[in-house]
Amino acid sequence: MSALLSIEGLGIGFGGLRAVDDVSFSVRAGEILSVIGPNGAGKTTLFNMISGVYRPDAGRVTLDGQDVTAMEPHLLARRGLSRTFQNLQIFQSMSVLDNAIAGYHLRESGSVLADLLALPASRRRARDAEAGARALLARVGLERAAEREAGNLSYGALKRLEIARALALDPKVLLLDEPAAGCNAVETEEIDHLIAEVAASGVAILLVEHDMKLVMRISNHIVVLDHGEKIAEGDPATVSRNPAVIAAYLGTEEAPHADG
Amino acid sequence: MSELLQFLFSGVTVGAVYALVALGFTIIYNASDVVNFAQGEFVMLGGMITFAAHAAGLPLPLAAVSAIVLTAGLGVAMNKLAIEPARGAPVVSLIIITIGASIFIQGAAQIVFGKQIHSFPAFSGDAPIRVAGATILPQSLWVIGGAVAVFIALWLFFTRTLLGRAVLATSNNRLAAQLVGINTNFVMTLSFALSAGIGALAGVLATPITLTAYNVGIAFALKGFAGAMLGGMGNPKGALVGGFSIGLIEALTAGYLSSTYKDAAAFVVILAVLFFMPQGLFGRKSTDRV
Repeated sequence: MSALLSIEGLGIGFGGLRAVDDVSFSVRAGEILSVIGPNGAGKTTLFNMISGVYRPDAGRVTLDGQDVTAMEPHLLARRGLSRTFQNLQIFQSMSVLDNAIAGYHLRESGSVLADLLALPASRRRARDAEAGARALLARVGLERAAEREAGNLSYGALKRLEIARALALDPKVLLLDEPAAGCNAVETEEIDHLIAEVAASGVAILLVEHDMKLVMRISNHIVVLDHGEKIAEGDPATVSRNPAVIAAYLGTEEAPHADG
Repeated sequence: MSELLQFLFSGVTVGAVYALVALGFTIIYNASDVVNFAQGEFVMLGGMITFAAHAAGLPLPLAAVSAIVLTAGLGVAMNKLAIEPARGAPVVSLIIITIGASIFIQGAAQIVFGKQIHSFPAFSGDAPIRVAGATILPQSLWVIGGAVAVFIALWLFFTRTLLGRAVLATSNNRLAAQLVGINTNFVMTLSFALSAGIGALAGVLATPITLTAYNVGIAFALKGFAGAMLGGMGNPKGALVGGFSIGLIEALTAGYLSSTYKDAAAFVVILAVLFFMPQGLFGRKSTDRV
């Protein structure tokens, strides 16, 4: 099967620093690709370029065969690329349910007038979005928090809410930035299952995660970054034996749960 | 008793204008966290363009509609030319840009329309309606009706329509809104168009009573701002209640103290709100979390 998402020679500099330099890889449908590396290696910057938050100054991003380099996030969302953030981007003052429903924004397409008059078609669409959102909340274990204000949820719960909202977009490619950060062991295992399940449904998953056990367990393919450059890639077993990786990451990293 | 009623009538009338201005503030603030101090100029333009179009021979209703549409277009232009290029600048800078835009619009209006005071005929005649010993102008009913109608329309728009909810989502978290596929630039453009259109409507409705000139905008902006602050910035219900309250406070101050202090009333309210309840009557506490 051909690649759903591929990046070629992607790079960006801030001032004199090459935060990411000449990074290439590709992800196929159903595959879980993890990007790992020490803190400050450029993982989140890489994600920000792929998802249109930053504009890369070199290289190309191809989504489903089309060049989407530096396309704005809302247009990428329409083309099936969805993501979560390490530091959460949640509608804090909306209810948990409304956050998930917002993910259905693209699937709902009605006229303002029909909405205002509450025509049957509008109401049916709203009901469908709500039912879908509730099902997704159940899938991430948040169905009982549906009516609560999102800002009051625990960090781990917000992480799962963000995944639910990303899934509501029915993405082809899903970027997860540290989905397990701040989650306890049970929650991490739930997220583990969830990611595997989503991948099994044919979504290409790109993962940044510091929890090495999680990464080694669920990844099909691992890309290792250090100082913005790709220093290794391969399946989990190969990568974990690579001396350069051990030197750069596993050997010197003392606090693998710290943020980066 | 009839004296009090008379003050209340005049308070509700100006209050309705302030409420419309405050609603305009609310829409742009919600979409972008920017307080648009050019909001008062939209009111001035509504009155001025209607006057000019009417004087040029257009029937009054057509003149009014064209004033609203033109002003809405100007709001869009202001967003595209002044606000959007500065995207990413701190909110304070954007607010200063709106003050600049306000001065620019005022200057341009002075050149185009001159320095004279203008007006046009009331929509339903000038015969006052007597109610329990007090009188109210038919035009006042237009103003009050206009404010209430706009409020209801906005409320339906924000609660019922997908587009309205997209605006709310954008105000809540711009990046998250983009992630779910909302075109936040379009939302900003729409907010400016709506806000400017509503401001112009206020000018169209109020001018037969208040008259208009190139420099009336700043007073409307400050009093509408006081109303929006009193009600809680960003809350449409607060804007409505706040706007009417400022109008009433102003009318009662003028009636029972002295009309000299009329304009001070709004500023006393701004100060009191900032000191004692910065979030206003209906404002929500901010819930940012990192």
